[in-house]
Amino acid sequence: MQASPEFAELRKRYRGFAFPATAAFLIWYLLFVFMSNWAPGFMNTKVIGNINVALIFGLLQFATTFGLAWAYSRFSAKRLDPLAEKLRDDYAKGRRAS
Amino acid sequence: MSHQTLTTILFLAIVALTVAVTVWASRQTSGAADYYAGGRGFSGFQNGLAIGGDYMSAASFLGISGAIALSGFDGFLYSIGFLVAWLVALLLVAEMLRNSGRYTMADQLAYRMKQLPVRKAAAVSTVAVSIFYLLAQMVGAGSLVALLLGVESQGIKNFTIFGVGILMIFYVTIGGMKGTTWVQIIKAVLLMVGSALIVVLVLAKFGFNLSDLLGAAAANTGKGDAFLQPGLKYGVTPTSKIDFVSLGIALVLGTAGLPHILIRFYTVPTSRDARKSVMWAIGLIGTFYLFTLVLGFGAAALLTKDGLAKVAATKGNLASPLLAEMVGGGPGSTGGAVLLAIIAAVAFATILAVVAGLTLTSSMSVAHDLYNSVIKKGTATDKQEMRVAKLSAIVIGLIAIVLAIPAQNLNIAFLVALAFAVAASANLPAIVYNMFWKRFNTRGATWSIYGGLISSLGLVFFSPVMSGKVLPVLDAAGKQVGEISGSLFPLGVDFAWFPLENPGLVSIPLAFFLGWLGTVTSKEPAAEERYTELEVRALTGAGAEEAVQH
Repeated sequence: MQASPEFAELRKRYRGFAFPATAAFLIWYLLFVFMSNWAPGFMNTKVIGNINVALIFGLLQFATTFGLAWAYSRFSAKRLDPLAEKLRDDYAKGRRAS
Repeated sequence: MSHQTLTTILFLAIVALTVAVTVWASRQTSGAADYYAGGRGFSGFQNGLAIGGDYMSAASFLGISGAIALSGFDGFLYSIGFLVAWLVALLLVAEMLRNSGRYTMADQLAYRMKQLPVRKAAAVSTVAVSIFYLLAQMVGAGSLVALLLGVESQGIKNFTIFGVGILMIFYVTIGGMKGTTWVQIIKAVLLMVGSALIVVLVLAKFGFNLSDLLGAAAANTGKGDAFLQPGLKYGVTPTSKIDFVSLGIALVLGTAGLPHILIRFYTVPTSRDARKSVMWAIGLIGTFYLFTLVLGFGAAALLTKDGLAKVAATKGNLASPLLAEMVGGGPGSTGGAVLLAIIAAVAFATILAVVAGLTLTSSMSVAHDLYNSVIKKGTATDKQEMRVAKLSAIVIGLIAIVLAIPAQNLNIAFLVALAFAVAASANLPAIVYNMFWKRFNTRGATWSIYGGLISSLGLVFFSPVMSGKVLPVLDAAGKQVGEISGSLFPLGVDFAWFPLENPGLVSIPLAFFLGWLGTVTSKEPAAEERYTELEVRALTGAGAEEAVQH
């Protein structure tokens, strides 16, 4: 089955989403950690009242986490699950036939 | 009614409820798949709640809010790291693990490698990480009960730790995964409702204006704007800044290597449900960590000098309960006593659920990986295996009780972060390589697991956590009047040579490197051949373990 073009496609789609997305959120998170350490002038700037850039940056990490989780769930329901299901059925049929 | 009576009643109610659920679950448990994986019959939503219940430990509830109350913005890193980490689990681990394993973390390594060495390594690291994590929970239980009874008696703290240990052994041996999962679900609901209540009460005091709350926190702690800015705790020296990075990396990479979280993915019928449960967990955990921000800054803003001193004396671990007492009307008031009792009971439920999950995980790994696969070469019956699992739950519980007693002067979130560093070093590299690198083999896996485990534990041992950290004792005017030890060893003992308190920055890359080195220096064609099979199974779910039909 691993030789089938469909499996290759599934693998490509999955990795094409998961790898860049992982790289992106790790960089975004590390940016927060590094800026907290080495960019005090920017992070300490007050935006509204006592709310500074650092807090907004931190809350944005929450927003992006929720967003990316949601995007991945949509992506896999649309682009991965149907293909995986078909391959699983083929596998079950193949096993019964042999 | 005194608040002690009320607290005792609430504690007993929680214990009774969870015990009843456990007994009920034990009647539904018949075989190993039930005992280990809850029959794989939980829905994505139920498992999402249970993951939340397993993950939001005393470290989150007591530790993070305390870290924020003491160090301001720097404590918030815990909340962020603990949440963002779930993306690693969601994107790279959860579904593939569900499809390729059976009961334990070792299963997916053993799928294509030499059973014995990888199972042994994975079992050792599972037990090590779990015991580290258990310590933190026990410490939380001890300080909580001492606060409620209003005594600083070491005897009572130790007795509490012992009692928690006995309860968790009960949940695990009687209820198995089903019982434990339901305990975690109940706890997740209690925790969310309880902390939401305090959050609303705190925000109401500031007219739901976050900026005012922050301003009051900055003013009340006497630290001013620095309290709201990064760097109060970690920005002092270049070493502490690097420590901050090390902590940040351990937090974000640790979650997907925590054995007690990983095995939760086996309790659902399909990989799609595993994904759904992570989605629910992210929503739940994210909301909770937003609460911790309010709890932490709320404690800093509202507690009296006396209260803040108490928080500091317990390394922050009591910030949330004391805050609950304050928003209920303050010490001595009925409202304060009621809220304190409720929050303490919630924290107690939190601790019970997490220790049960941890003990279950490590005892399963001992029985399934060490006993059945290594000692019995796979010939043990389900019955024998489960008996060993129950026995090892008792032993692990006892070890945790003994080790928890000296660890009582550390912040719980900090202790848990160490467990994260160990998990990220010992487990994550092997899991990720195994899923995504065809060439990966047995030597690579064992080198990375043992290398990560030994280096992370070793570096902690030679770090300021264990010895050599001296803290000034200040009088009311802020003048230094003496010194105390900030380490586990008393003042005067100093064998620390590793400057960072969190080892992740060194041990995680080292484990990845060792995994690579071990792999390229050995040849194992079988592991490469089986990889294709593993990948098909992981991605499509073909041939994966199915739910138990009752």
